[in-house]
Amino acid sequence: MSESTKPLASYGTIRPGRIVAWTILFLGGIVMMTPLLFMFSTSLKSAGHVYDLRLIPDQPTLANYIKVLSDGRFARWFVNSTLIATIVTLSCLFFDSLVAYTLAKFEFPGRRVVFLAILSTLMIPTEMLVIPWYLMASKLGWIDSYWGIMFPGLVTAFGVFLMKQFFETVPNDFLEAARVDGLNEFAIWWKVALPLVTPALSALAIFTFLGNWTAFFWPLIVTTDQTLYTLPVGLSSFAVEQSIQWELIMTGAALATIPTLAIFLFFQRYIVRGVMLAGVKG
Amino acid sequence: MARIELEQIVKRFGSLTTVHGIDLTIEDGEFVVLVGPSGCGKSTTLRMIAGLEAISSGTLRIGGEVVNDHEPKHRNIAMVFQNYAIYPHLTVAQNIGFGLYTSRLSKAEKQARIRETARTLSLEPYLERRPAALSGGQRQRVAIGRAMVRDPVAFLFDEPLSNLDAQLRAQMRLEIKQLHQRLGSTIVFVTHDQVEAMSLADRIVVMREGRILQVGAPMELYNRPADIFTARFIGTPEMNMIDATIGDGRVDLGANAAAIDVSGLASLPGDLGAGRSVVLGVRPQELTLLNGEHRDFPIRIEGKVRVAEPHGSETFVLLDLPAGQIVARAPSTVSFKAGDPVFFGATAESLRIFDKQTEKLIG
Repeated sequence: MSESTKPLASYGTIRPGRIVAWTILFLGGIVMMTPLLFMFSTSLKSAGHVYDLRLIPDQPTLANYIKVLSDGRFARWFVNSTLIATIVTLSCLFFDSLVAYTLAKFEFPGRRVVFLAILSTLMIPTEMLVIPWYLMASKLGWIDSYWGIMFPGLVTAFGVFLMKQFFETVPNDFLEAARVDGLNEFAIWWKVALPLVTPALSALAIFTFLGNWTAFFWPLIVTTDQTLYTLPVGLSSFAVEQSIQWELIMTGAALATIPTLAIFLFFQRYIVRGVMLAGVKG
Repeated sequence: MARIELEQIVKRFGSLTTVHGIDLTIEDGEFVVLVGPSGCGKSTTLRMIAGLEAISSGTLRIGGEVVNDHEPKHRNIAMVFQNYAIYPHLTVAQNIGFGLYTSRLSKAEKQARIRETARTLSLEPYLERRPAALSGGQRQRVAIGRAMVRDPVAFLFDEPLSNLDAQLRAQMRLEIKQLHQRLGSTIVFVTHDQVEAMSLADRIVVMREGRILQVGAPMELYNRPADIFTARFIGTPEMNMIDATIGDGRVDLGANAAAIDVSGLASLPGDLGAGRSVVLGVRPQELTLLNGEHRDFPIRIEGKVRVAEPHGSETFVLLDLPAGQIVARAPSTVSFKAGDPVFFGATAESLRIFDKQTEKLIG
C-alpha cells in the first residue's frame, strides 16, 4: 500500500523492490487463478476428456451446461442458495449495523460488557456450535426448513464488530445535527449514519453473501430433503450419486461462481469510494 | 423568535462540574456571543440550550417555557456546527431540506422554502451539487441554510468559522452579521476568537472555567474590562499589564519607576488602600508615540525597541522596560531600530487599575 501510494520519483527507473513485489503478486495470481481456470475448462470438456489436463479443451462443448441447467434440481438449489444468501445478507446488514450503531454511539451501562460478550462468540469455532444449533433446530422443528438453514447467520458477531468500528468514525456532529433537525433515533441511524458507512456495508454484504453462498457444513447437517439443498450441498451430492462426474460438478461450480462475481463487481466500487471524506472538514 | 433565559444552569460530568450555575438572559432578536478559551464551558452551555447535553441543575426557558426536559426537536432551535455537519451523500437542496424533516408543509411548499433559503445565501446555482463539490464557505452556508429554512426561534452557532481560512472567515463573519440584521433572529454564537466576538455581538459573554466573568456590549468590555482576564482576552494585541504598588496616594512602580513617569497623574481613582498590590493596564492602541518636546501626557513611558511589527496601517512596537515588556502602537510612517530608546505617552483615562490578588478592576 505504502509502496503504491508514494509518488513515482521517476518513471525511467524501476526499483528492485518493485520487481520482487510484482513477481510475488504474479505467482500468487497464478496460484489463485489456476483452479478457477481448470474449473471452467473442465466444464467445457466431455466426460471422456476430463482427465486430459490441457487448459484449452480439445473439443469444447456446452453439453454439460445444457445437462446441468435442464436438471430441475440444479435450478432449485440455485434458487435456494440465492434466497438464503440474500435473506441472511439483508438481515445481517440490518441487524448487525443496528446493534453496532447502538454500541458505538450510545452510552449505557453495560455497553462494554455487551460488546465483549458479542466479540467473545467470535472465538468459538462453528464446529462447536453445530451441535447446539442442531439440538435447538430439532427441538423447535426447524430441521429441513429454510429458516433452519438461515437462523444461525441472521446476526453475526463479525458484522457487529466491523460495523461498530466504522460507526465510531462517524462524527457525532452529523448525528446531533439530525437530532436538532427533529429526526428520531431510528431515522438518524437510517438516513444519516447508514449512508455514511456504505463502504463498510458493502464489505459486510460481500463477506456475508459469499460466506452463505459457499456454506456447506451447516446446510448439509440441517437438511435431508434434496429440494432444500443449497448449491454446495447439491453439488457434492452430484459427486457421490453414482460415479464422480467431475465435468458436471465443475459445470455446476462454474455456474455457482457467477453470482459471487457479480456481487463483488457490483459492490466493490462502494468499498473503494470514501463517502465520508467529503462532508466534514476537520 | 424568542427570549432565552438561563437560571443557575449547572453541568456536571460525574464528579466534574464544567458549568457552575450560569445566569444569563438572551433577549429576543439579540446576537449574543459566548467567548472564552477552550474548556471554559461555552460549548457545553450552548449544547445545553440545544438539548444535546442534559442540564444537571437550573432552569432553561425558551420563549417563556421551561424546556429542561424537552428533546432538541421540541425546542425549535437550529444549530450550526463547527464541522458543518452537512451530509456528504445528499445534494445541497436535500441538505437544506433536511431542516424541514419534521415540518408538515407540502412538497411544493418545501421546495419553495428551500429555493428561497438558497437564494438568500447565494446557493441557488449549487442546489444539485454534493458537498464534496463545494468550497468551505459554501459548505458553511449550506449548514446555515439548513438551520434557516425551518424558521426556528433561535440559532445556535458552535464555532462555525474556525475551520475556514482567515480571509473566508472575515467574509463569513460579515455574511452572518448581515443575515442577523435581515432576519432579526435570536442568535447564540460560541467562539474562542475575540475578534469574532467583538465584530458580531450585540453583547459578549466572557467565560472562564465554567463561570461568566463579564457580560456587556463589545465596546463596554473593551473599555471597561471587569478583570485582568477579560482585559487581556478582548483586544489585540492584548492589554499591557504592569505590576505596581499603591503607596500613599501615589503609584510605586518598583523597578520600572525610572522608565515610567506617572508624576503627571493628578490623583488615583477610587479609594486605593496604601500598600495594595495592583496591576496597571493600558492598551497598545492608547499609547501615543512622543517626540521629545511633546510633554503634556500625565503618563510617560520610556523603553528600548526590541521588535517592530509593521501592519501596514500601523506599527506595533515591542518595548523592553527594566521589568518586563510592553507593546505600543505607532504610526506606520515611523521606522524603528532595535535598541533605540523611544517615548510613549498615555492619558489618565486610558489607565485601568486591577487588584493583583482578586484580578478585579478597581479603578
